[in-house]
Amino acid sequence: MEKRIYPAPPQQVYLFGTCLIDLFVPEAGMDALRLLEQAGVAVDFPMGQSCCGQPAYTSGNEASARTVAAAQMALFQEDWPIVVPSGSCAGMMRHHWPKLFAADPVLGPRAKVLAERTFELTEFLVEVLKVDFAALHAQSTVAPPPIKVALHTSCSARREMGTRSHGLALLRALPGVELVEQKNEAECCGFGGVFSLKHPDISGAMVADKTAAIEASGCDQLVSADAGCLCNIGHAAEHQGRALKVEHLASFVARRLRGEAQS
Amino acid sequence: MSTQTTTQPLQFHPSADFKNRSREALADTKLRQNFRGAMDFLRGKRSAQFPDENELENLRDLGEAVRKHALRNLPQLLEKLETQLTANGVQVHWAETAEEANAIIHGIAVGRGAKSVIKGKSMASEEIELNDYLGERGITCVESDMGEYVVQLAHEKPSHIVMPAIHKTKGDIAELFHEEIPDTPYTEDVDELIQIGRKTLRQMFVDADIGLSGVNFAIAETGTLWLVENEGNGRLSTTIPNTHIAIMGIEKVVEKLEQVIPLASLLTRSATGQAITTYFNLISGPRRPGELDGPREVHLVLLDNGRSQAFEDAELRATLQCIRCGACMNHCPVYARLGGHAYGTVYPGPIGQIISPHLLGLDDTRDLPTASSLCGACAEVCPVRIPIPQLLIRLRTEAQRNPGEAVAHRLKGQGASYSLGEQLVWKFWTGAYAHPSLHRIFRWLATRLRAFAPKQQMGWTRFRTPLQPAERSLHDLMAERKGNRL
Repeated sequence: MEKRIYPAPPQQVYLFGTCLIDLFVPEAGMDALRLLEQAGVAVDFPMGQSCCGQPAYTSGNEASARTVAAAQMALFQEDWPIVVPSGSCAGMMRHHWPKLFAADPVLGPRAKVLAERTFELTEFLVEVLKVDFAALHAQSTVAPPPIKVALHTSCSARREMGTRSHGLALLRALPGVELVEQKNEAECCGFGGVFSLKHPDISGAMVADKTAAIEASGCDQLVSADAGCLCNIGHAAEHQGRALKVEHLASFVARRLRGEAQS
Repeated sequence: MSTQTTTQPLQFHPSADFKNRSREALADTKLRQNFRGAMDFLRGKRSAQFPDENELENLRDLGEAVRKHALRNLPQLLEKLETQLTANGVQVHWAETAEEANAIIHGIAVGRGAKSVIKGKSMASEEIELNDYLGERGITCVESDMGEYVVQLAHEKPSHIVMPAIHKTKGDIAELFHEEIPDTPYTEDVDELIQIGRKTLRQMFVDADIGLSGVNFAIAETGTLWLVENEGNGRLSTTIPNTHIAIMGIEKVVEKLEQVIPLASLLTRSATGQAITTYFNLISGPRRPGELDGPREVHLVLLDNGRSQAFEDAELRATLQCIRCGACMNHCPVYARLGGHAYGTVYPGPIGQIISPHLLGLDDTRDLPTASSLCGACAEVCPVRIPIPQLLIRLRTEAQRNPGEAVAHRLKGQGASYSLGEQLVWKFWTGAYAHPSLHRIFRWLATRLRAFAPKQQMGWTRFRTPLQPAERSLHDLMAERKGNRL
């Protein structure tokens, strides 16, 4: 993976909330906003945003993906970084938008520019803003009780965006948070967007192994910076009757900083 | 043979029944345990071979460059290879299809009055189903690679391209040998089992009229066939019988001898976690006057069988970079759970999912490109950096395309998964997500009518509780925040 050179902290950023967070985990989007604001950055959430186009792109519907992606590209007129609380959607915008528009003389160069300005949330907090979470935590009046968490890193966050280290760095900076590692931690949870609908049996077998491994890790809860994995793992655990709590990393960190034990 | 291990029907292409076979494979707990254990073991072996990440990445760069260079010059290199091999006394044959390759090999066998063929390991020969073709014409083929021998004895097909019998436990093989090889006592001692196989095969090398092998790399400049193996059966198959026939896909050519060094290192370390294999055979022609051993004649069959289709497309050409190490399947979460047979193709796992559509057409392989979460574990370990997830997306695109659409490089079976219903869904989705005003209505409906979210959501709810939209969308929350501030 190419080593990314990070810019100096900006005054203002765009927040791209992603379609899954928008409808299913909206609180994670608000917590991403709070973390950015807490770090002293003004946040603009363009109200015209919807989805990066990935569902259509990965299922082989390029034209649909292009139409939806182009509608998002028009929203980011200012020269601000685009922060995305999802490794998967950030990966789509950073690595696949330029390919999707490679043959387009206008949108092709534009996609390249936007790709350069796209950051996954934890990557942005750690590498660009260099937020001192331990210091922020110290300001909090209440210390939340110690907790054991397992981190699930989405495949795109791990392999496309290289942001597993940032998620780990965030969690390690928080006092009272003990990280435990589940078996086969690097293996896919089986979500894969339309894969979970086209090949439910295989996807189901993968997520069953994942929930079992997470439970066996002895964690109090699971965190992940990707809503797709969270929905997959959380709803599978619920279906299996496991008492496994899952939470977006942004919400977990924001909650610990507020000194709250439970969401 | 243990009855529990044969739940998967062994019908190779068409792979149309992939979903049923994968469901059966997932339900076979013994099979899943076998594969999980084997894949964990192989992942560990590979990773132990590459302790230095920089060295690995540099080597992968080199491997990719060598393969890309060879493919850029493929037609010229194949001609050069033919010229050099011919000068070395090797007879070169070109086969456009599996049928042609079989007919060529059969023709050579008939010309020598051959009754039996001893085979070293060759996936290309599996691809053309040579054993069946010759068998139907009265010529016996015996597999001499231990894994292939086990699979042949069990009347099965390989479940892995490097370790064909990896789906079998030593108990399965003990039972198989006891039942199929005369006067063999039941033993689970692995060394004893290997000795039994070895003893049985030894005389067959001497008796065989023809030795058949695959090829790992063919070097154009020197006219050399490079064959990697661990058991010595490859060397015996290619030196004892009077006639040696090698078969390879046209993509396996490399320009220079020194270019094979990084590839060979990547191959053995990625495949079995070995720094080097026990045998490296460099075959440069038949026995020369005055030499005491070696075959009297050597043939090479160059097989296309659909590879040209991948070659002609700038993006899909990367498929042909493959050096058949099998690391992609060893690291694939889907393969680790299904095993190789469920794919229904000779090449299973990620490499099978990207090459099979060219060999068989998208009609027969339509479920393979979608059988991936695009997790990227395959591309992460691929020694020659084939962008497998990217190629899977491309194949999905070609399978979804309107069959009637004219494109620059039309793939066999274009539009095999084209469905008006799905197109309608995407049309609706595109409308709802590309237009902010429509998306606002969509969000409003989804959140306000959340209580009516369906309880059955296609495959999702077979293993998960249903998805239900939040009471208020992130857009709602953001609008409220802006309102508060004003």
